[in-house]
Amino acid sequence: MSITSNEFSPTRRLVLKGAGIAALIGLGAVPFDVAPALAAANDAYPAEAFKQKSEADAIKALYGKTAEPSDRVKMDAPEIAENGAVVPISVTTTLADVTSISFLVSENPIALVASYRIPAGTLPSVGNRIKMAKTSNVTVLVEAGGKLYSAVKEIKVTVGGCGG
Amino acid sequence: MRIRRRDFLKASVAATLTAGLPRLARGADTASVYDLERFGNARILHITDTHAQLRPVLFREPSVNIGVGAMAGQPPHLVGKAFLDRFGIRPDSADAYAFTCVEFEKAAARFGRLGGFAHLKTLIDKLRADVGERRTLLLDGGDLWQGTGLANAMKGADMVEAANLLGIEAMTGHWEFTYGEEVLRDNLARFKGEFLAQNVFLTEEAAFNDAKAFDPASGRVFKPSIVKEIGGHRVAIIGQAFPYVPIAHPKRFTPDWTFGIRDEELQKLVDGHRNNDKVDAVILLSHNGMDVDLKLASRVTGIDIILGGHTHDAIPLPITVTNAGGVTLVTNAGSNGKFIGVLDLDLAKGRVANVRYRLLPVFAELLKPEPAMQTLIDKMRQPYVDDWDDKLAAADRLLYRRGNFSGTVDQLICDALLSELDAEIALSPGFRWGLTTLAGQPVTMEDVLSETAITYPQTYVATMTGGQIRDVLEDVCDNLFNADPYYQQGGDMVRVGGLAYTCTPGESVGKRISELKLSNGKHLEAGKSYKVAGWASVNQQSGAPVWDVVAKHLRAGRPPNRDAPGVTLKGVDDNPGITRLG
Repeated sequence: MSITSNEFSPTRRLVLKGAGIAALIGLGAVPFDVAPALAAANDAYPAEAFKQKSEADAIKALYGKTAEPSDRVKMDAPEIAENGAVVPISVTTTLADVTSISFLVSENPIALVASYRIPAGTLPSVGNRIKMAKTSNVTVLVEAGGKLYSAVKEIKVTVGGCGG
Repeated sequence: MRIRRRDFLKASVAATLTAGLPRLARGADTASVYDLERFGNARILHITDTHAQLRPVLFREPSVNIGVGAMAGQPPHLVGKAFLDRFGIRPDSADAYAFTCVEFEKAAARFGRLGGFAHLKTLIDKLRADVGERRTLLLDGGDLWQGTGLANAMKGADMVEAANLLGIEAMTGHWEFTYGEEVLRDNLARFKGEFLAQNVFLTEEAAFNDAKAFDPASGRVFKPSIVKEIGGHRVAIIGQAFPYVPIAHPKRFTPDWTFGIRDEELQKLVDGHRNNDKVDAVILLSHNGMDVDLKLASRVTGIDIILGGHTHDAIPLPITVTNAGGVTLVTNAGSNGKFIGVLDLDLAKGRVANVRYRLLPVFAELLKPEPAMQTLIDKMRQPYVDDWDDKLAAADRLLYRRGNFSGTVDQLICDALLSELDAEIALSPGFRWGLTTLAGQPVTMEDVLSETAITYPQTYVATMTGGQIRDVLEDVCDNLFNADPYYQQGGDMVRVGGLAYTCTPGESVGKRISELKLSNGKHLEAGKSYKVAGWASVNQQSGAPVWDVVAKHLRAGRPPNRDAPGVTLKGVDDNPGITRLG
């Protein structure tokens, strides 16, 4: 037996554990005592962006610019969700000077699911679990060096059953 | 060391010639069909989706297996005459009987049953002895432990015994997971081979709680791969379990585990074996299903051959897929013990120099049952035989399951659900396992169990609106006909009783199902409620097991409902995945 892949170091596992906590901030149920801390780290809590129904409006409210697709934004997400209520999605990027990472679900009632500020010197890697109403494109945005980059993947939410 | 493309171009031509031509002259009247010409220096034998069928079976291949989008008209989506033409198989031959549904009843009388573990054992022993034990490897692609009343009653333990005697050296899984973690681990502790699955990981919660894993750092629950020395060369075997276990089956069986295709993790594994272990060949033992394997082969580089299963496609020749790193061959080896894949490799330093593949039908009449395996099978069945041997009824017509939309077995199950549970509409899962019974043959409890034996057999009666029923049909239909194979699950369409509908496979989700009508001719109304009976729900249910419902229905001797409303297909008139033959 010799497995030579070193992708999943113990460090990543710790990062994933931490992500569960970070995700709480983004899920909409923002505790009031956390929001100011978040805001203090960068700028104001993006209340307007979290009110927008469509993906395009949310991106506009959050960033005021459009994203270009980039293969340097690596999204790790299932093709078919095992449970639509908690879909694990993580993103890493090799882009430099990352300042924020955001997750959007176009078919959700409110498109923006979570937005993370990435302080300078932080490894740009975020994992969280999002809730999906139904099958939808999921978009990850990475703001880096003042520009906006994206990756998109369709994630299917199914009632399940009837496997061969 | 990378496989060079020209090596495989040569290889694929060889496969075409060897597997195509000799079949033309072949009949099932002599055992010499199993005397294979020697080739290469390593032989890998592959069985898959045997569904615990220890005894020889009748199994009719589908007459409807539609491919959409890029898969239209491509193997495995060919049936009947189109299949025979594509693979150069003579109509009326033993191969035509094994591989297709053409004139099934007539041919069944002539060529008899296929498979059976005692017969498989005889053939496997011969195929190993022919080239020398140390030059061979026997692999099982999963769905080994489920599919019969015996396997269900013994929770797969019977099949672990049979697998050990057969000499299976590595396997992966699908239905194996539906026994739950405790039974699975208990069975694996007695299994002498390796259980491989690169794509099963602990959930974050389970990892946090330090649940048992093969590799806690990665969260991999099982060993992903092994390196075996065969014929003086090193071959990496990677296991790929069914990617959608917690979606296709109740999640309560595997609460701590998360699955998925995981082709990026797979790529790293392949690269590791190539660059660090310096293996001479990489084989993926896959339970993805053939469409998924074909797509995977175009994305992941460095795999020489994918030995595939799940979709029960019996494909005589490997399909050649080109990718950025070279070429990958993709096979699929049928189901129910009907076939054994024989992969002869000419291995060289760091590469596969040449390859020859045959998918041999296991004609029970040409093979003597191996005595030790036959004794084991008889001994294991003995405690149950008396209970299951009673004739419940005679088959009023050919009873079979395979087909994208319906099979006569499922019509019978739907009839039973409708009449015994007094429902307006019946839903029955589109499984691809389950045997075939000829018209007039007795149907026993053991036969009924071979169509229904699962760990969540409870029936249910529910009130659903017409809109909800349509949504269920759309959802399952997308699992079958999504244009992107990675979004398919590999089963067939949910079977319906008391309901007719039109299906347009080439449409997108939400637009495929239309013109839903009840058996009284009235349209199904979106807002109206209906009484629906079914089984195999992913949610916990408490009704009688479906096999008891079906047995009661058969014993009552109710007249068969031959006028069951059907499925009308649109937009697939010229699709070679449909035949009216046979």
